[in-house]
Amino acid sequence: MLPQSTGQAISIKNLVKRYEDVTAVDDLSFSVEAGEVFGLLGPNGAGKSTTINILSGLLEPTSGSATVMGFDVQKEPGKVKERIGVCPQEPAFFPYLTGKENIELMGNLQDMPKERLRERTDWLLDQVGLGEASSRRAGKYSGGMVRRTSLAMALVHDPELAFLDEPTVGLDPQSRRATWGLIEDLKGRGRTVILTTHYIEEAEALSDRVGIIDYGRLIALDTPQALMEEHGAENLEEVFIKLTGRKIREEV
Amino acid sequence: MRAQRVTALVTKELKKLVREPANLFMALIFPIVMTVAFGAAFGGLGSGNMDATYTVGIVDLDASANPVWAEAFREGISDTGVLIVREYEENETAHADLLQGKINAFVILPEDFGDSVDSFLAHPADPALWINSTLGLAVDQGSMIIGAVVPPLIQQVLAVTIFGEQALTLALPLSIAAPTQVTSSHLSQFDYMAPGLFAFSAIFITMLVAQAFSTEREQGLLRRISMTPTSSSEVIVSQVISNMITGATQVTIVYLFSGLMGFRAQATVAGIAYAFVIVLFLVLCNVGFGLITASLVKSSGAATGLSFLFILPQMFLGTFVPSMGGIGRFVPSYYVTDALTSLFLRGAPLSSPVILMDLLVVAVVGVVTMVVGIVVFQRFGGD
Repeated sequence: MLPQSTGQAISIKNLVKRYEDVTAVDDLSFSVEAGEVFGLLGPNGAGKSTTINILSGLLEPTSGSATVMGFDVQKEPGKVKERIGVCPQEPAFFPYLTGKENIELMGNLQDMPKERLRERTDWLLDQVGLGEASSRRAGKYSGGMVRRTSLAMALVHDPELAFLDEPTVGLDPQSRRATWGLIEDLKGRGRTVILTTHYIEEAEALSDRVGIIDYGRLIALDTPQALMEEHGAENLEEVFIKLTGRKIREEV
Repeated sequence: MRAQRVTALVTKELKKLVREPANLFMALIFPIVMTVAFGAAFGGLGSGNMDATYTVGIVDLDASANPVWAEAFREGISDTGVLIVREYEENETAHADLLQGKINAFVILPEDFGDSVDSFLAHPADPALWINSTLGLAVDQGSMIIGAVVPPLIQQVLAVTIFGEQALTLALPLSIAAPTQVTSSHLSQFDYMAPGLFAFSAIFITMLVAQAFSTEREQGLLRRISMTPTSSSEVIVSQVISNMITGATQVTIVYLFSGLMGFRAQATVAGIAYAFVIVLFLVLCNVGFGLITASLVKSSGAATGLSFLFILPQMFLGTFVPSMGGIGRFVPSYYVTDALTSLFLRGAPLSSPVILMDLLVVAVVGVVTMVVGIVVFQRFGGD
């Protein structure tokens, strides 16, 4: 349920996050409409994951404010966490549990009704292609399988807003398409998705709008088509390179 | 606090315990191995151990007007059937014989031994009028068996000889730790060790908890859980519950296997229930130690190493391993072993002040350690 819904899934105002002498997020302001697939792009260390961590209630910002689904992330982190699903950049799963148990655990931590949890788990296992391996311990899974398990863990409670932090890294084409299918399913049911990825063509294909951040600052925000037209580029990757340069970045 | 979340996390922890060989070994297999090994080595299953005797020297320096107490003590030692008395005129000779292995231990009765006892009997309720005194005791430290068996036997003889069969008083003018009233000639060495095994198993929970938190932190799993509405208190409560289930299972295992190995506990159902309760408080204490450990170091390897700072003192000072003097009183496992020794070996009632005081100490230390552990972990132990 959205309290006094503004139609905005995310609203960020003058957000700053500093670590001693490093500013990871620098006066960031933007909003994401409910039901949007929003591509959050940027080079390594640009501040994407830090922004997601603040929005998911894991990090306290140095200054500024952010609301998620109408709730202030600092004042009401519990209500935010009930409404979001986070697929972290590094797949985090319990190796001694089976794939199915991992997904069910996350559903139980979200207080899902048993029957609904069972249905969602079975559906997700099928969607991510883990049906046959669901009773094997996740510690025995391949890299692609754990990434798909991690994605299913994030989506089991059918969150209103999903943060997918590079969900397709290391996946084969079939698994990548299955992940895209899940994102399209979320979008089709009016869910909001924040997608970070280094596969720019993926963002171009899936995102309604794209925000590009660099050195913690928002340097572009529009639809992929509008950005390409504005910068006279044939594709979004050209825009990305034009805005962020060719210099290889190091993680901060 | 949502029951569904806590239940899910407890289930997860128990599955980890059963499915991860290292955890399974440390929590459940290790107590079985220790109980069976000690039972086979020192228990009453073999005929040889039942006939074991030890020679104890007595240096009688008692110059009290009433010599009857020193004489009664000597007779009590002989009556055990396990200890053979050899009398000495002075300390030096006894010490020399101990060094040469001619005796296994010696006791020095102080000059005011009889006066001390008489002062207690004359004014049992007024400690201000007691003449406080201490018996000297030297034991062959090269033998773990002698160290484990002889001191409790001597304490038992002292208590029973002087204070009779109702030796349950906490404060005495003579230094006596956990007096026992069991007829020692019917007990094997293993019987004296078994109460310590109950505490021994539970203290390794420190390592399991430290590893659990530090490993899950390293693998990003604590962070993953914190991305859900689950609170840190729900995570910690689930750890406490799952480890209490582990502790209760350990008590059951040690009780069953020590029984199979010949341990004859003189406890009622209520006494066994008491054993579960006091061990669960020790578990609580060790969960707290585990949280502190996981807060102080960042890697699971370092957590394993650091956890032994809490495990080793508890093991060497408070379980079946004989401790030096009263230093054991600084570790919680000592009180568990002390209580279970009184309960199982002498069949002391649950209303005994010694047993109740032991429970109180372990409960207070358990709660305080747990609170400190939670505070420290929430401040320093997160991502």
